Amino acid sequence: MNVTVTPALALGDDALILSHRLGEWIGHAPVLEEEVALANIALDLLGQARVLLSIAGDEDELAYLREERQFRNLQLVEQPNGDFAHTIARQLYFSTCQELLYEHLAAGGSELAPLAAKAVKEVAYHRDHAEQWTLRLGDGTEESHRRMQHGLDALWRFTGELFEPVDGLDVPWSALHDTWTTRIGSLLRRATLTVPEGPKSGAWTAGAGRQGLHTEPFGRMLAEMQHLHRSHPGATW
Amino acid sequence: MTTIAPDETALEAVFDATVAADERIEPRDWMPDAYRASLVRQIAQHAHSEIIGMQPEANWITRAPSLRRKAILMAKVQDEAGHGLYLYSAAETLGAGRDELLDMLHSGRQKYSSIFNYPTLTWADAGAIGWLVDGAAITNQVPLCRCSYGPYARAMVRVCKEESFHQRQGYELLLTLSRGTEAQRAMAQDAVDRWWWPSLMMFGPPDDESAHSAQSMAWKIKRHSNDELRQRFVDICVPQAEALGLTLPDPDLAWNDERGHWDFGPIDWAEFREVLKGNGPCNEERISRRRQAHEDGAWVREAAAAHAAKQGEATR
Ligand SMILES: [Fe+2]
Ligand SMILES: [Fe+2]
Repeated sequence: MNVTVTPALALGDDALILSHRLGEWIGHAPVLEEEVALANIALDLLGQARVLLSIAGDEDELAYLREERQFRNLQLVEQPNGDFAHTIARQLYFSTCQELLYEHLAAGGSELAPLAAKAVKEVAYHRDHAEQWTLRLGDGTEESHRRMQHGLDALWRFTGELFEPVDGLDVPWSALHDTWTTRIGSLLRRATLTVPEGPKSGAWTAGAGRQGLHTEPFGRMLAEMQHLHRSHPGATW
Repeated sequence: MTTIAPDETALEAVFDATVAADERIEPRDWMPDAYRASLVRQIAQHAHSEIIGMQPEANWITRAPSLRRKAILMAKVQDEAGHGLYLYSAAETLGAGRDELLDMLHSGRQKYSSIFNYPTLTWADAGAIGWLVDGAAITNQVPLCRCSYGPYARAMVRVCKEESFHQRQGYELLLTLSRGTEAQRAMAQDAVDRWWWPSLMMFGPPDDESAHSAQSMAWKIKRHSNDELRQRFVDICVPQAEALGLTLPDPDLAWNDERGHWDFGPIDWAEFREVLKGNGPCNEERISRRRQAHEDGAWVREAAAAHAAKQGEATR
């Protein structure tokens, strides 16, 4: 399948893949309220993905018939769920960035503006949900503190890619990055957690999703996601 | 029989009159202990069924074959979690907390609907569950909207609205498969073949063997007998199956002009009892997974409680 790489495709893939990962939680969440909340976030993201991928082409062809190297999502969003703290860390990093990005896009005049304007309200909720849990887990028990810190540390190296320029998007990336760093820093301090050290970018493994290079777990995830659709070529569902 | 103190006789008369007048019993009203216990048992089993019922369908979320179907299925499973929440809240109004009830589920002292001990083997099973299992649930639950206990009746009004969405979506999923390729059609027929009889068992044992029915009817918790509801469900499904272009796996299905109902073949109650006893295809998996999720989440719930306690101290 030939695919033209556009901003809608890149952002659509982010939403699609993170939604899928969150969907894996359904039936396993630590408390019933979180079954509802995680599904809610997954559904919002899937809704965004469907709008964005439909701007880029046919949503189902793009989701189900592309090869791994043709996906343009950030490596952060494809990372396996890990424990609940790991999932919250991933969501915190992503939603904080997505909110800043969508606020900016909503104010602009690109074809993504209407979607961004609608989605930014959803994303604010996702970010708030992740912040509340970061506070609870960070300043909860010793075990939750350790797990939360571990999740933040483990995913830190994927955060540099959040602010790598996307071709065709006119966004002040480094300014957004600064705001993101400030917000994450003050939240983690309130949560009695430490801002991770170490590189956020540089190593190719942690920053090439936008070029179509992904991590090992991604292929397995796609195999599961795509197999039924691909087993029945041309069928309507 | 327990002896009733004189002042309880008066209270019981008020209770009986309220039920007789088809008015609602509310949490603060006096009610017989047996009425309370019977409601807790029924509402808890219902709540447990909602959350265990998430598993067979969640099994297909990550493999849903189109983004539209994926969104519908995720929203459906999310609704079931929501139903669990309303129902645990309804049980709470009777003094039965969620933690206590979950313990009863995890230790096998309370049950959930046996239907969820059957596996979802293909995508079409998501459709068959929506059409048949949600369909049977609606048939069972619509009369519960008039149940004598107010909080349960009100929860059922919300739940039934959503279940009827699920039923239509399941039907539409099967219709799409039935009109699709040969392989899709076969998948749909196979799913209906596997889910039809277990769905009929959802109404519970035949009336002459039903342990709790008579008292529940007297208290207006229940309004119709198991067999009446089962017949109603069969009568609804037969024409729907025909419209779907799928057959129901019962050679004895025949319209009975005299009764004005569809006759159907004998149900395998031995299978029902075995599944109820724990010997169904997925009993072990469903309850293990539920326990596992609960255990894995323990540190999260502890953290939330510890954090809330710290916040409470800070604002004091
Ligand atoms: Fe339900
Ligand atoms: Fe349902």
